[in-house]
Amino acid sequence: MTTELRLDALRAAAPRHRPAARRPAAVALRAVFYLLLTVCAVGLLMPFFWMLMSSLKSANEVFTAPIHWLPGTFVWDNYVQIWQHSAILTWIRNTLILSVTVTFLQLLTGSFAAYGFARVRFPGRDLLFLLYVGTIAVPWQSYMIPQFVMFSKFHLTDTLYSVMLLQAFGAFGVFLMRQYYLTIPEELLEAARLDGMSEYGIWARIMLPLSLPALASLTLLTFTTTWNDYLGPLLYLRSPGNWTLQLGLQTFIHTLYNANYAWLFAGLTLSVIPIAVIFGLGQRYFIAGIATSGLKG
Amino acid sequence: MITTAAEPPVFGKPAAAGPGGHWFNAHWRPRHRTRTSLIGWSFILPNLIGFGVLTLYPVLSLFYISFTNWNVFGTAQWTGLANYKRLVNDPMFHTALLNTLYYCAMTIPLTLLTSLGLALLLNTKLRGAAFFRTAAFFPYVTSIVAIAVVWNLLFSPQYGPVNEVLRVLGWSSPPGWLTSEDWAMPAVAIISTWQYMGYYMVLFLAGLQAVPQELHEAARVDGASAVQRFFAVTLPGLRPTTFFVVIILTINSLKVFDLILVMTNGGPGTATLVLSQFIYQDGFVNYQFGYASAASVALFLLSIVFTVVQFAFNRRGMAR
Repeated sequence: MTTELRLDALRAAAPRHRPAARRPAAVALRAVFYLLLTVCAVGLLMPFFWMLMSSLKSANEVFTAPIHWLPGTFVWDNYVQIWQHSAILTWIRNTLILSVTVTFLQLLTGSFAAYGFARVRFPGRDLLFLLYVGTIAVPWQSYMIPQFVMFSKFHLTDTLYSVMLLQAFGAFGVFLMRQYYLTIPEELLEAARLDGMSEYGIWARIMLPLSLPALASLTLLTFTTTWNDYLGPLLYLRSPGNWTLQLGLQTFIHTLYNANYAWLFAGLTLSVIPIAVIFGLGQRYFIAGIATSGLKG
Repeated sequence: MITTAAEPPVFGKPAAAGPGGHWFNAHWRPRHRTRTSLIGWSFILPNLIGFGVLTLYPVLSLFYISFTNWNVFGTAQWTGLANYKRLVNDPMFHTALLNTLYYCAMTIPLTLLTSLGLALLLNTKLRGAAFFRTAAFFPYVTSIVAIAVVWNLLFSPQYGPVNEVLRVLGWSSPPGWLTSEDWAMPAVAIISTWQYMGYYMVLFLAGLQAVPQELHEAARVDGASAVQRFFAVTLPGLRPTTFFVVIILTINSLKVFDLILVMTNGGPGTATLVLSQFIYQDGFVNYQFGYASAASVALFLLSIVFTVVQFAFNRRGMAR
């Protein structure tokens, strides 16, 4: 059984079309709808299709006019070449370390703090929460300099720790989890308290298991954001051994001769595939998480 | 997955059940209260320490640094408003500011219209809606580097498919896009719209859910056309969502950075130089922390002012 998330409910609530499909006007309307949607979908997905196809072309077929949408011969060797001519393994390893650690820390501290904000009443709580939410209106770009100065004082720049710390304590996780915790009925916690369970016990044994959908949303969103992050690694990770996939590929572009563009596309495809798979599997959690918080951006 | 009776069916709408009875009840005692406070803080502290050190402290120290002449070598000396005076007279800063506003002026309406349009199209029971939703959302979860490479080639003046299509449609000398001073910013705005419209579409879809179906039915019974219903029912019902989307969209557009960095790096010339990049250049390339911080304060204030103004407008609109 799956928990019904927001958009499924949404679809159920969508305007009921009168069963008039046989009327010519309705048929025409429906055709126009599909036409519009198809145009949109082609526009949205065409760049990905092109990237995938280019990763299988021979080197000089990537730039041809008129454009070749499909490769003349499928050059699977590009995927071997990118592996041999770049440090992609190191990049993937670093990216994985960062994504997993950040996601874990964000989940742990975020859900823990969210319980404090949602379910324990104490003076100053609401003001503090307002401060958390308020920082969402503050662009990271505006305080990246003092942050960088602080990290260099602690000699943390050019280490993976810097990027971990940068991302792990965001207000986003706290906010998302709090919104969800507020929907869990107080009576349930009350009963646990009467049974002598501590607040920590309630968090660990009632709240966490009940908030699995929200945890899933947070996991997927945080993992994806960290995997795709470009700015954090760009500012902090200077030595090639610390580069992430995004940083490595971006640098790879600058060392390219035209001949190797097909390899680059193979590398880019490799960097997009894990996210595509994760997104395909957990789409509903992505969407529910964003619909709830709307803050990731 | 879990299916308890307690499980809320819809994720996100905070139920009215706020922190309930227990803490309000008659057995409330001061000792209790201290203990509760301690427990509360203990929950928040692990995150708060990280958040405080890594976000709050830098935000506060930003203001201090902006009044100093700090660079990477020397120590910080208080120079008062010197950085701000320099900023006001710096033509590069003017360019960055104007470019940022230009980018916002293109991206915000474009994204708003396309994402709302998509949401309206998908808020129906059409078969395949789920697929289209996925397609629309996918660019949002794709890495910026892949987006940059692909779009750079798609927009390529000679070989690019975009111009090839435009030529077929009869535009004999289509724009140079990212290589043209006039067209680079519109090109970036188009890519940004492409990347983010799925994300805002999700927000609009969630908002459409909150529009009462009965109102639509009533309007239909009264003979209102689809267009009339859109303006009289859907749009007013979407008001809170639109408000929220505009705020997030504005902040995100003001701070635009990575897209610019990987697409154009501010060029050609200074045609796409934006505020964030100005800060980056002065801070991380020229190591003028003090001066870059003054520019950061400008970006900070711009975001806050826009947000506050929108809140004020919204409140006035609500009161009417």
